[in-house]
Amino acid sequence: MTKRIISDSSEWSFPLLERFDREIARLAHGEFGLDTYANQIEVISSEQMIDAYSSVGLPISYHHWSFGKHFVSTEQTYRRGQMGLAYEIVINSDPCIAYLMEENTLPMQALVIAHACYGHNSFFKGNYLFRTWTSADAIIDYLVFARKFIAHCEERYGESEVESLLDSCHALMNHGVDRYKRPAPLSIAEEQRRQQERSEYLQSQVNDIWRTIPGYDGEEPQSAESRWPTEPQENLLYFIEKNAPLLEPWQREVVRIVRKIGQYFYPQRQTQVMNEGWATFWHYTLLNRLYDEGMVSDGFMMEFLQSHTGVVFQPPFDTPYYSGINPYALGFAMMRDIRRICEEPTAEDREWFPEIAGQDWRRVLDFAMRNFKDESFIAQFLSPHLMREFHLFAIRDDDREDAIEVTAIHEEQGYRALRQALAEQYNLGTREPNIQVFNVDRRGDRSLTLRHFRHNRRPLGDSVEEILRHIRRLWGFTVRLEALDEQGRVQLLGEC
Amino acid sequence: MSHFIDRRLNGKNKSAVNRQRFLKRYKTQLKRAVADAVNQRSITDVDSGEKVGIPSKDISEPVFHHGPGGTRDMVHPGNKEFMPGDRIRRPEGGEGNGTGQGKAGRGGKGEDDFVFELSREEFLDLLFDDLELPNLVRNQLIGTTEFKTVRAGYRTDGAPSNIDVVRSLKGAVARRTALGAPYRARIRELEAELEALLASGTPENDPQVVALREEIDRQKTRLAALPFIDTFDLRYQSFTRLPEPTSKAVMVCIMDVSGSMDQVRKNLAKRFFILLYLFLKRNYDKIEVVFIRHHTVAQEVDEQEFFYSRETGGTVVSSALNLADEILRERYDPTTWNIYAAQASDGDNWDSDSAVCRDVLTERLLPLMRYFAYVEITPRQHQSLWHAYQEVASTHQHFAMREIAGADDIFPVFRELFKRQTA
Repeated sequence: MTKRIISDSSEWSFPLLERFDREIARLAHGEFGLDTYANQIEVISSEQMIDAYSSVGLPISYHHWSFGKHFVSTEQTYRRGQMGLAYEIVINSDPCIAYLMEENTLPMQALVIAHACYGHNSFFKGNYLFRTWTSADAIIDYLVFARKFIAHCEERYGESEVESLLDSCHALMNHGVDRYKRPAPLSIAEEQRRQQERSEYLQSQVNDIWRTIPGYDGEEPQSAESRWPTEPQENLLYFIEKNAPLLEPWQREVVRIVRKIGQYFYPQRQTQVMNEGWATFWHYTLLNRLYDEGMVSDGFMMEFLQSHTGVVFQPPFDTPYYSGINPYALGFAMMRDIRRICEEPTAEDREWFPEIAGQDWRRVLDFAMRNFKDESFIAQFLSPHLMREFHLFAIRDDDREDAIEVTAIHEEQGYRALRQALAEQYNLGTREPNIQVFNVDRRGDRSLTLRHFRHNRRPLGDSVEEILRHIRRLWGFTVRLEALDEQGRVQLLGEC
Repeated sequence: MSHFIDRRLNGKNKSAVNRQRFLKRYKTQLKRAVADAVNQRSITDVDSGEKVGIPSKDISEPVFHHGPGGTRDMVHPGNKEFMPGDRIRRPEGGEGNGTGQGKAGRGGKGEDDFVFELSREEFLDLLFDDLELPNLVRNQLIGTTEFKTVRAGYRTDGAPSNIDVVRSLKGAVARRTALGAPYRARIRELEAELEALLASGTPENDPQVVALREEIDRQKTRLAALPFIDTFDLRYQSFTRLPEPTSKAVMVCIMDVSGSMDQVRKNLAKRFFILLYLFLKRNYDKIEVVFIRHHTVAQEVDEQEFFYSRETGGTVVSSALNLADEILRERYDPTTWNIYAAQASDGDNWDSDSAVCRDVLTERLLPLMRYFAYVEITPRQHQSLWHAYQEVASTHQHFAMREIAGADDIFPVFRELFKRQTA
C-alpha cells in the first residue's frame, strides 16, 4: 500500500496539486456523491490575499475608500504578525473560484482543496438559500458590470459625489435584502440593456407619483391619513431605489448595485456554522480517506491534523482566548454527530432523532445541507450528546436585574431550552434590529418615517444619528426614526 | 474538471486605488497626526514611514445595530459549576463575557485609534503638503550626463533585436501587392482571352490556346517569385536619447557652536536642518550638504561633528559667512547648482561683527542663493545680529528669519518660512 503515496515532500508543485485534486475529486464525486460546480483554483501570493480580503472576498469590485481601510488594517495586523491570513478564500460562483496561498505547504494545499473546492463548493451548489438568492453563473458578470458602471459614474459625476452616495448605501446594506422574492438571474448584456430601460422607466414613474396636481378640485375629501406604503417595507434600499423622489437614474442604479451585492452575501451571513462545518467535515473525511487508501504519509497526516485541530478548537467561555462560539467547531461537531447518530445511535439518539437514527448518513447529511440554515439546522439537529460535550449553558442578561441568570444547562430539563436559545442566537432576525419603512407623507413635506420594532426591549446603538443623515441624503427630505416597543408605545428616536 | 491558474505574477496592488482613496479622505486627520509625529520623534528617523492613528469613530462605517440594554439570551460553552437558577454578578466593563459577542462590545467603551503605517513617501507627502520651495526655479543643468531613451517611431536600419515584426510584415504585404499587380492584371486578361477562345469552340490543342496557357504559367511563376519578405520591408523600432533636465541643490548649514549653544539648542537647530534637508530631497534629484560650524573661527566639518562635538568660546558670525562664500565660489557654480542656506544661532555675536555680516550677505552671498533662512533659538532679547539681519530681510525677498523657542515651534516656523507662494 505504501507505494501509492503521492508525495512525501511538503513542497507543492502544480502537477502535485493536480494529482491531489484528481484523487480528492474521485472520492468526493464517486464515493461520497458530492455535487459541485467546476473548480477554478488560483494560486496567489500573500499580498494578493490581502487584496482579496479587503474587497470582502469578491474577485472584482468597484473602488471605495472603505475597502482601502480594510486593506490597510489587514496589512497592518498581518505585518505585525498579529494575525495569520486565512489559508483560502472561496467564491460562490460557477465555476467556483478558490484562492490558494503560495506559502502553504503541500498538506495545507490538499486540505484547502478538499475544504474549499469540494466542501464549500458543494454547499454553494446545494444549499437552498444559495440556490434561491444567488446566481453563481452571473455574479462575476454582474460585478464587472457594477465596477464599470461605478467607474463611469465617477468620471461623469465626480468621485466625491459617488463616494458619498456609496457611503450612504453601505450604511443600509444589511437592510437592503429581499427575504421573500426570487431575483431573476442576470447576465452582463442583459443587465446593461435593462439598466438603460429601467432608468428611463423609473424616472417617469417617480415623476408621476410625485406630481402635484394644481387646481385639484377634490370631490373626495382629502383621504384622512392613509398610510403609504400601505404595508411596512423591510427592504430599505429597495424602497429608496424605487421611491426616493430626488435621485437621478444613475444614483438609483448605484443603490441597486449595493443592494444586489448585499443580497449576494445574505445567504452567507445565515449559514456560517453550516457552511464552515460542512467544509471542515469534508476535508476531514476526504483526507482521512486518502490516508486509509495509503495515498498520504503519516507526516502528512500529522501536519494536516495539527491545523485541523487548530481550526476546530473551542475555548471555554472563561479563557482569555474566548470570543464566542467558534462556527468551525460547532459546525464540524454537529456534522460528525449526525454521522454518529446515523451509524451508531444510542437509545437517547433514537428517542431524540427517530427519523435519522440508523439511516444512511450520506443521505441524511445531504438533506441537512440542502434544506437548512444555521438557525433551523441547530434547532433540528443539535443533540443532547453534543450539548454535554460542549458543556453549553444559557444565560439571560436583563438590564432590570442586577445579576445575570443561568437559565439552562446541559441536563435533561435544559436540553430543549438550550437548543432553542442557541438557535435563536443565529437568527438574523433577532441579531439585527428590525427596521422598516412605515410611512411617507406624500401630500405634505414628503418626509419618510422609519420604525424600529423592538424585541426584548433592546434599543438601537449609538450610530442612529449618523445613519439617519445617510438616509436623508438618499431620500432628500426629512427622515424620522421611531421605535415601537412591546407595549405598543411609539417613541421618536431621531429626525434628520 | 478542475482548472489551475497561477496568478502569482499578476499585479498585487489591486487595492492601491482604494488605499489612496482612504488616505485622501482622511487627509486632514492624517496631516495632524503627521505634524504631531514630527514634533515628538527623534531626528534620526524622520526620514522613514510613520505609524499614525486616526480616532476610530471618525472612520467608522455606521450600520444599525443593537445597543446595550434590554433582555439578551446567550449560550456559551465550557460550563463547569453553573446550575439553572444561579445568579452571576455582571462582569465589569462590558456586556456578556468580555470580548464575547462582538456586537455587544460595539456599544462604545474605550475605542482605540485606528492605527496604521504610512510609507515614507506618503509620510513626507503629507508633511510637505502645500509647502513649496521659495522661488523654485529648476535650473536646466548639465545637459550631457543624464539621458533618457524614448521611442521615436520607426527606421529602416537597426539592430535585429529591434525589428518590429508586425510593421515589417505589413510592409511586405504592401510590397507584394504593389509589385504583383501588373502580373495579376495580365493573368486576368489572358484568362479572359482563353475562356473566350474555349467558349467559341477552339479545341484544347490549338496553338493559340497552348500559347495562352504557357503565357499564364509564365506570369504565375513570376508572381510566385516575388520574395515573401525583402530587406526593403524591414522596419526597426527607433529609439532616441533625450537629455533629461536634472537639478541639483546644495544646502549650506551654518551653526553657532559657541559655549552659549547647549545641546538642547543644537538639537532644535538640527531638527530644523533635517526638515530642510528632507524638503530639498523631495524637490531635487541630487543634494549636497555643506556643514559649517563656527565660534570665533569657522570650519567645514562632517555631519557627526557638526551636531555632536562640543566647542566653547566667543562668536564671530562673519567668519562662517566668509567661509561659506569661499566654498560656494570654489565648488558650487550658481549657474548649475541651486543654493540654499540655513543658519541657526542663539543670536550672540560681537557687536562690531554684525554689520560685517550684513554686508557679506547682501553683497556676496545672497546674489548666489535661492534662499537663506535664519532661525534664532533664544528665549532672551534680540541682539545686534538680529537687527542687522532685519535690515537684510527688508531688502531681500529670499531672506527669511524667525525665532524658535521650543521643539513645538520648529514645524510651524518651518512651514511659515516655506509657505506655498501664491504669486
